[in-house]
Amino acid sequence: MIRLEKRPSPSRAWTIATPLVAVALTMVAGSILFMILGKDPFAAIKTIFYDPLFHPDFAAFSRPQLLVKAGPLILIAIGLSMGFKAGIWNIGAEGQYIIGALAGAAVGLALYPAESFLIYPAMVIAGALGGWAWAMIPAILRTKFRTNEILVSLLLVYVAENILASAAVGWLRNPEGGGFPGSRNLSKWASSANPELISGTGMHWGVVAAFIAVILAYVVMSRHLLGFQIQLAGQAPRAARFAGVNPSRLVVLCLGISGMLAGMAGLFEVTGPAGQISIDFNSGYGFTAIIVAFLGRLNPIGILLAGLLMALTYIGGELAQFMLGLPAAAIQAFQGMLLFFLLGVDVLSNYRIRIGTGKAA
Amino acid sequence: MDLSAINPVVLTASLMVAATPILLAAIGELVVEKAGVLNLGVEGMMIIGAICGFAIAVETQSPLLGFIAAALGGAVLSMLFGFMTQVLLSNQVATGLALTLFGLGLSSLMGQSYVGIKAPSTPSLNLGPLSDLPVVGKILFSHDLMVYVSIAIIAGVWYMLRYTRTGLVLRAVGESHDAAHALGYKVIRIRLLAIGFGGACAGLGGAYLSLVRVPQWTEGMTAGAGWIALAIVVFASWKPWRVMIGAYLFGGITVLQLNLQAAGAKIPVELLSMSPYLITILVLVIISSDRRRAALSAPADLGKSFHASL
Amino acid sequence: MKLTKILAAATLVSGLATAAVAEDPTKVGFVYVGPIGDGGWTYQHDQGRLAVEAAYGDKVETVYQENVPEGADAERVLTQMALSGADIIFTTSFGYMDPTNNVAAKFPDVKFEHATGYKREHDNVSTYDARFYEGRAILGTIAGHMTQSNKIGYIASFPIPEVIQGINSSFLHAQKVNPDVEMVVIWAYTWFDPAKEADAAKAMIEQGVDVILQHTDSTAPLAEAAKTPGVIGFGQASDMAEYKPSPRVASIIDEWSPYYVKRVGEVMDGTWENGHSWGGMAEGEVVIGEITAPVPADVKAEAEAMVAAITSGEYHPFTGPIFKQDGSVFLAEGEVATDLQLVQMDFYVQGITAEIPQ
Repeated sequence: MIRLEKRPSPSRAWTIATPLVAVALTMVAGSILFMILGKDPFAAIKTIFYDPLFHPDFAAFSRPQLLVKAGPLILIAIGLSMGFKAGIWNIGAEGQYIIGALAGAAVGLALYPAESFLIYPAMVIAGALGGWAWAMIPAILRTKFRTNEILVSLLLVYVAENILASAAVGWLRNPEGGGFPGSRNLSKWASSANPELISGTGMHWGVVAAFIAVILAYVVMSRHLLGFQIQLAGQAPRAARFAGVNPSRLVVLCLGISGMLAGMAGLFEVTGPAGQISIDFNSGYGFTAIIVAFLGRLNPIGILLAGLLMALTYIGGELAQFMLGLPAAAIQAFQGMLLFFLLGVDVLSNYRIRIGTGKAA
Repeated sequence: MDLSAINPVVLTASLMVAATPILLAAIGELVVEKAGVLNLGVEGMMIIGAICGFAIAVETQSPLLGFIAAALGGAVLSMLFGFMTQVLLSNQVATGLALTLFGLGLSSLMGQSYVGIKAPSTPSLNLGPLSDLPVVGKILFSHDLMVYVSIAIIAGVWYMLRYTRTGLVLRAVGESHDAAHALGYKVIRIRLLAIGFGGACAGLGGAYLSLVRVPQWTEGMTAGAGWIALAIVVFASWKPWRVMIGAYLFGGITVLQLNLQAAGAKIPVELLSMSPYLITILVLVIISSDRRRAALSAPADLGKSFHASL
Repeated sequence: MKLTKILAAATLVSGLATAAVAEDPTKVGFVYVGPIGDGGWTYQHDQGRLAVEAAYGDKVETVYQENVPEGADAERVLTQMALSGADIIFTTSFGYMDPTNNVAAKFPDVKFEHATGYKREHDNVSTYDARFYEGRAILGTIAGHMTQSNKIGYIASFPIPEVIQGINSSFLHAQKVNPDVEMVVIWAYTWFDPAKEADAAKAMIEQGVDVILQHTDSTAPLAEAAKTPGVIGFGQASDMAEYKPSPRVASIIDEWSPYYVKRVGEVMDGTWENGHSWGGMAEGEVVIGEITAPVPADVKAEAEAMVAAITSGEYHPFTGPIFKQDGSVFLAEGEVATDLQLVQMDFYVQGITAEIPQ
């Protein structure tokens, strides 16, 4: 008889070891999947996990790309994690990401072609405000009308996608683009560009912002009263109320922070790696970030590592596709497996496995 | 503009078809959530249902076997979620999202040889004179079997939750798993059963897309229907008949906006295109702002892991 | 080490390698926006890839990547493909335009071909597209003859010039053979959502449309048409032969194979030059699939004659007199639209009552 016994506090050793165990298990399971598909499993695993970091032809390019890919995921996930800890469910970061990008790009494009170092900060602020405003819709509906924020934030993603499409073919369209959809390229206009700050590192303003967010979140969650209130509200809502935590204020604050960070992530992407507003500018970062947040156990440092790991599987997965001819679907399934193992093996850090004839659990 | 071209009877009949996939997936998720489990993997289970149903229907030329296979496929995939969250106590939100990712990938791998193939057609039931009745006949008696099955499932779930012991136990588990456990109920077993039921319903919803509503197999064909189903459960405040209202409302506006476009209505297309989402939000705001209505909240233990620490 | 240095070194090495080992197969890369299993746009590009393999056998090696989002990821994917030693890379969606040019700047020895765009900022970038409006003219002609209700429908994706060309071309030719014809347009605001396409087709049918044209790629509208006797439609992107002979009475097929085979061949013998290719029926890039029995013989003959006339260059689907929706002159009597006028088309022609979403 196998049963689980809750540890009084999470095991430190296992907390560090479980991700490694999970990756190892994924490699085994993934090998089986790749073998079924008729591919060399060793080559596939090596291409996904090793080549982006160490391949002689790619690594110099791919390694910094890890930061580029992970940056927005981490930035969004940090914001989401605070709300999730407090039991506030913002599922619509994707929408806030889109609106942030649109608001920031609109401010920038309104000033085109002026040259000023003030334009970019103004765009970042506009992006943050855009994301914040979009998140305030579920926040206000929840606090004023008790409307469930899961539904509102999720459905607003689709509304945002429609606004994005109409912007790309309409009001933000490049006037010199001959009627084709898409805005001007923001990354090619010095005032609005979000370039690589130190050549060869992948570091752009969005990555910097992500690192700052990690540090700030760490401080807030472990040292600040707000962090305490968030923890309390999530674990014991009634106790939180007695302790003087105002639930409405917490909702507005948590949704606001996550919306703001998602909006900023959108702005950094649209001015940097993506370069322009286009019909399909968003590519699911807002949803992937939810996974990253939980994979990092809602802990800022964990989120940082989880974001980098997810980025690695994306980039390695891309390499595996065209180097080995693996279908994109196989990579998707493989990522799903990795997540399952990471989440499942986590049980070891919180529980002890007892084998024997104990009382049935 | 010729709005007289929009026939309300025909519109009602089409919205029922348009809403059936999300209706099926949503009623399944409702049972799962009533048991206190939040499974965000609906989209993944739907698409697995879509390919399982399509593949079996094509191989056997029997849509009925296809639907059965879809329900099984969805249920099997949901057991992965069940094992992870109930036995290994993993986080439900993240596991559900991982399930969606995995389901989308797996379905594409399974469906590689089924692209560009025609599905056997699922006939509308011939209810004889009933189908010929004016208005009512077109709305109520002219559909394929699955439309009725979906309504029957709603009725069944409503009855089960309200009048049966099973329903009572299920709700108890969702409201307070510790109390239910103390009363001697097998919390994990009950939750696994609920998750399986949810998976089967999502699978049926997916197969309705691939076998009736579209009908064909293409990768990623659910195109977000699973997410709408999740929203509908919240919209319905976890009440079965309101799931039907929500799904029909959403499906209805979707169909209506396309009809308005076809009729040349002078409303901006962007606005029409986002109207199903906006109106769903608006209606929920109106319902939830009514303070006299209590019990709008989610099951108390929704999304929490259960571990019997003795 | 600086990225540019590495890239320069890599380019140098690959350049030497090519010179040293002439037998090395030519590596051809394809970047797809959707999955190959979409049965439409990406599927047809992949058919072109397979045609390249069939044409050159061991002398080529093809690689591809599916589901590449048009946003931030495209540039990375392209760079990695170039780093892997690709000699020519086809980027098959409009949204890859800026990434293609950006990456091309870093890899001067790799050839880039961007589909449906217009930017060629470097000598190693070409653009290519197909004259789908030529095919739409044929479908419009058939639609104009076949409609009983005088209402034909067009399921459109997004209001961009290519789609508007398609709507105008089909409507003009339907109107030519049937002056009473009306065009009903539904904007799906998506490239891909089979369920929504089915609903759009259904809405049209319920409002009396009996011929459906589509600019979205799934077979859903045909399946919907199959449920109502007397309603017909056309295959889009691929032949959609499984709906023959009815409701699918003809089809407009994206055939990229001739272009891909030709361009890869030019890379192999060193004659590749950059430019813009806008091939149509004459180049075999826009193909009309078999016209099936429900279409009467005389209509079929008329359609086939038009195919021949367009193929030979004798007839251009946008030949004046053509008026804009507001009544102003677009093309005077006998005037033929320039390519620039076509690629910038942002208005409906006279006779369409709907408005383009702004």
